[in-house]
Amino acid sequence: MSWTCLLAFAGHSALDPAGPQAARIGGLWWLMFWVCSGVFLLVMAALAVGLVREEVPQRRRVSRVVAGAVVATALILFVFLFASTGTGRALASLSSGAALAPLSIEVTGHQWWWEVQYLDPVLAQRVTTANEIHVPVGRRVRIRTVSHDVIHSFWVPNLHGKHDLIPGYDGELWLQADRPGVYRGQCAEFCGHQHAHMAFLVIAESPARFAGWLDSQRQSASPPATPLAQRGHDLFVQLQCALCHTVQGTDANGRIGPDLTHLASRRTLAAGTLPNTPGHLAGWIVDSQTIKPGNPMPATSLGSNDLEALLAFLDGLK
Amino acid sequence: MRRLATGLCALALAFAALACEREERRFQTLPAKSARAQPVRLTTLQPGQSLPARSGHGPYDENAWAIAEGERLFNQYNCVGCHFHGGGGIGPPLMDAKWIYGSDPQNIYDTIVEGRPNGMPSYGGHVPDDQIWKLEAYVRTMSGLAPKAAEPDRSDQMEARRSEQATSPAAPRGQKAEHPQ
Repeated sequence: MSWTCLLAFAGHSALDPAGPQAARIGGLWWLMFWVCSGVFLLVMAALAVGLVREEVPQRRRVSRVVAGAVVATALILFVFLFASTGTGRALASLSSGAALAPLSIEVTGHQWWWEVQYLDPVLAQRVTTANEIHVPVGRRVRIRTVSHDVIHSFWVPNLHGKHDLIPGYDGELWLQADRPGVYRGQCAEFCGHQHAHMAFLVIAESPARFAGWLDSQRQSASPPATPLAQRGHDLFVQLQCALCHTVQGTDANGRIGPDLTHLASRRTLAAGTLPNTPGHLAGWIVDSQTIKPGNPMPATSLGSNDLEALLAFLDGLK
Repeated sequence: MRRLATGLCALALAFAALACEREERRFQTLPAKSARAQPVRLTTLQPGQSLPARSGHGPYDENAWAIAEGERLFNQYNCVGCHFHGGGGIGPPLMDAKWIYGSDPQNIYDTIVEGRPNGMPSYGGHVPDDQIWKLEAYVRTMSGLAPKAAEPDRSDQMEARRSEQATSPAAPRGQKAEHPQ
């Protein structure tokens, strides 16, 4: 269910490259495809020839086999040389040049969600969000990858190849989106129960829109607009929510779960598992274990009035 | 010979049954409030004839995964801030045999829910009931009260630390790391 609704609006294919690195990888894929197709056709042709032609005398047969083997080996070596040169050039271009990128993002893999932090020399200017990476179109973005629990793998097929997040070892990559769009990413290294529900979105937008988004994310949460939302705010900081979640501008500053300061501006919930609608959010708050068994968010026993207030508060976190 | 084989089979089945309890991962949580049947006694002194001692049982005392979860929560909810990793500091140590307010699962649960004078805050209503029972199960392992068979060999959560030899692309050799871990 969640898959289909996400795929409806997010690209997720290595054969539809949207950036220079995915184009390299896509080119390599097609090179491999044509080489293998050529080999397949040659083998089939040799088989066909062997089936239909007349028998050759014993002496000539041996010398032909030797000559054929020598020619085939030489040919295969040339093909391999060609393919390995292409691979090497593609890999080299993928891993160099991150230092040139003007924008740095730190992506931390958690079981089972992604923490995204836009780095800035001024600490107060840093932006923390989750499961959604906004990037400006046509600009290089440097991504630092961190993991504090197990090995995850950062993979946006339309933009880049797989990149492992290894605990205790900070990795680095860069990517660039050449056309606006929403590209789906996915953890590509088995990391526990909910590995399959550990997705994220890369949203490429024009530099002006990106700057606007970054600016809005830097703001603290707007104060609750209605009495209902105010009661939701009070519940949020008094009950268990605030132990794990942060909402900038309130007393909630837990660091265990995702930062919820601008929750309502995100497109998905629970790392790409559900679309972000009030109904899904309510289901998630009340019983997240049925939706994503094993995730660290505990069930809550809120009454319907309290739940409504909490949803009103969370809906105001634009 | 046959009797021995039958015995071994029965033993294996018994171990398998025990292992199920140990390894089961209950993601669906307990009913909202566990009703308390009897008061918890902090003292052995009682008027008249003493009532039979109540042997309370935590729901997670024999579950390795829940104990590992308890350890994660013990760190994340900052129990370590006062109790450290069992050695005590601001709060009393938890790895010794001395229990000011009782070592029964229900006693430890009450300590966490209600708080205790001179420092222990009350977490009832803030931390979900289910997680308090997991914390209780973990706290009892520190002083060896949990069944040996249930104690996990290692934490379910791996603590990542930068290896001493590691250099990252962000901090090449000879340069200081921008954000040392």
